Amino acid sequence: MYSEKVMDHFMNPRNQGEISEADGVGEVGNPTCGDIMRIFLTVKDNIITDVKFQTFGCGAAVASSSMATELIKGKTLEEAWEVSNKAVAEALEGLPPIKMHCSVLAEEGIHQAINDYRVKHGLEPWEEKNPHSHDHHGHEDETCS
Amino acid sequence: MTAERIVYMDHSATTATDPEVVTVMIPWFSQGYGNPSSLYRIARESKKAVEEARNQVATALGAQPDEIYFTSGGTESDNWAIKGIAFANRKKGNHIITSAIEHHAVLHTCEYLEKQGFSITYLPVDDTGQVRIEDLKAAITDQTILVTIMFANNEIGTIEPITEIGKVCREHGVYFHTDAVQAIGNVPIDVSAMQIDLLSLSAHKFYGPKGIGALYIRKGVRIDNLLHGGGQERRKRAGTENIAGIVGLGFAIGRAVSGMDERNKRVAALRDRLLAEILETIPNTRLNGHPKERLPGNLNVSFDFIEGESMLLLLDHFGICASTGSACTSGSLEPSHVLLATGLPAETAHGSLRLTLGAENTDDDVDYVIEHLRKVVVRLREMSPLYADHKKRSCNV
Ligand SMILES: Cc1ncc(COP(=O)(O)O)c(C=O)c1O
Ligand code: FES
Repeated sequence: MYSEKVMDHFMNPRNQGEISEADGVGEVGNPTCGDIMRIFLTVKDNIITDVKFQTFGCGAAVASSSMATELIKGKTLEEAWEVSNKAVAEALEGLPPIKMHCSVLAEEGIHQAINDYRVKHGLEPWEEKNPHSHDHHGHEDETCS
Repeated sequence: MTAERIVYMDHSATTATDPEVVTVMIPWFSQGYGNPSSLYRIARESKKAVEEARNQVATALGAQPDEIYFTSGGTESDNWAIKGIAFANRKKGNHIITSAIEHHAVLHTCEYLEKQGFSITYLPVDDTGQVRIEDLKAAITDQTILVTIMFANNEIGTIEPITEIGKVCREHGVYFHTDAVQAIGNVPIDVSAMQIDLLSLSAHKFYGPKGIGALYIRKGVRIDNLLHGGGQERRKRAGTENIAGIVGLGFAIGRAVSGMDERNKRVAALRDRLLAEILETIPNTRLNGHPKERLPGNLNVSFDFIEGESMLLLLDHFGICASTGSACTSGSLEPSHVLLATGLPAETAHGSLRLTLGAENTDDDVDYVIEHLRKVVVRLREMSPLYADHKKRSCNV
């Protein structure tokens, strides 16, 4: 069901771990829904010099975290902000439709981490352009949000 | 490096067809191909083979041969039993009682009947997965026509108090159907002693072929047909018989029942050792289901802080076949309805793993699974933010 790329990132996750003195931390998801993602950033001169993730979730969630961290490492915060969940899914050579929300989690996690950094530095948080309603598995009236 | 070795511990999903079962089936494809409804000799031979299999099934259940009807499997048997009773008895009442932990073959059939105007009660279960007899008694009304409660649950392996349920139903004059798909060959069954009116079974769960099953219907039960067509199965189930499948089912059920005690002892011993070692060597782990009243091969455990699908993927990497109640595998919003019904929090249900052992598992398999499962859990916990928080919490105290 998963592409080779997904399996590769799942079996050999890049940037897994924790940054104890992170400049920005984002956490998204909900354990009740079966997924939590935490992103840690080290930022120097507006550039993401290090990034780590911790994920509780399915294979797609782990692979999305791993791929997303690879995509933003070495990027400016502006560039990292533009990395969409679609870009993550494409870099993974596609995700099954029911697993797209797991890549949304990665995008949201990065956004939260960047905004955490901005707020800590007295900057305005950036606004989500197209806020995903974290529609886990595509339901509307869910308790998980 | 993907392991060559396969350790199959998903016998509740399906079993490998026993090669001896295949051997008895083979002659019924290209040689004994006659249609049992025809007149000539090769047809009479097919007919005889079907009737012999019917005897084997009847013997295994303590039923009469003319109370056994062959179907395409567990799903059809459940659909037939429930819809057939509902439609044939709707003048008497429109109320059906089932449980919250049934297989979807029962639950979705009941939901369909709800749309057709029937009223359904879904009995809750206790934290071991058993329905309470008092709840059943309280739910029966003068409108109740059917109680359908599974013999044993496919996810947590809990065995329901079938004898007591049968007694209550008979006393109230309500038909009792049980989905015994998981129970055959694992639990002794006697439909008359247990006062069961209808019982579903499916061959592929006891080393028989897929796509063949049976419904036991006690003589005198009022039931409509599900499939309309030819006059097969004494005009109750149309369709040319799957002779090879029926022969395989008959042979498999005979073996499943005659070898039951010896096999169950062996399988339960393996399962118990597996469980003991898991609980001993992997912290923050719990057993789901009933401590004693459970299928001999069933093990369902939850590991805190990790998710089931990623567990399955890593186990698969080592050639271990298992299943989980996590929502992430099903693509649905909720984790297993069975685990939730036992009161398990959703996040614990997400970390559940079902290992169902069977006849061909060995001590060596148990060692192999323990060894790799331990690694898998450690690896996923290392990755988990929930575990990181847990570690920090336990360091701070
Ligand atoms: C309890 C239970 N009922 C019904 C079924 C459906 O049986 P079948 O696969 O033969 O349609 C299964 C198996 O998946 C089951 O475990
Ligand atoms: S985390 Fe649940 S489906 Fe991906």
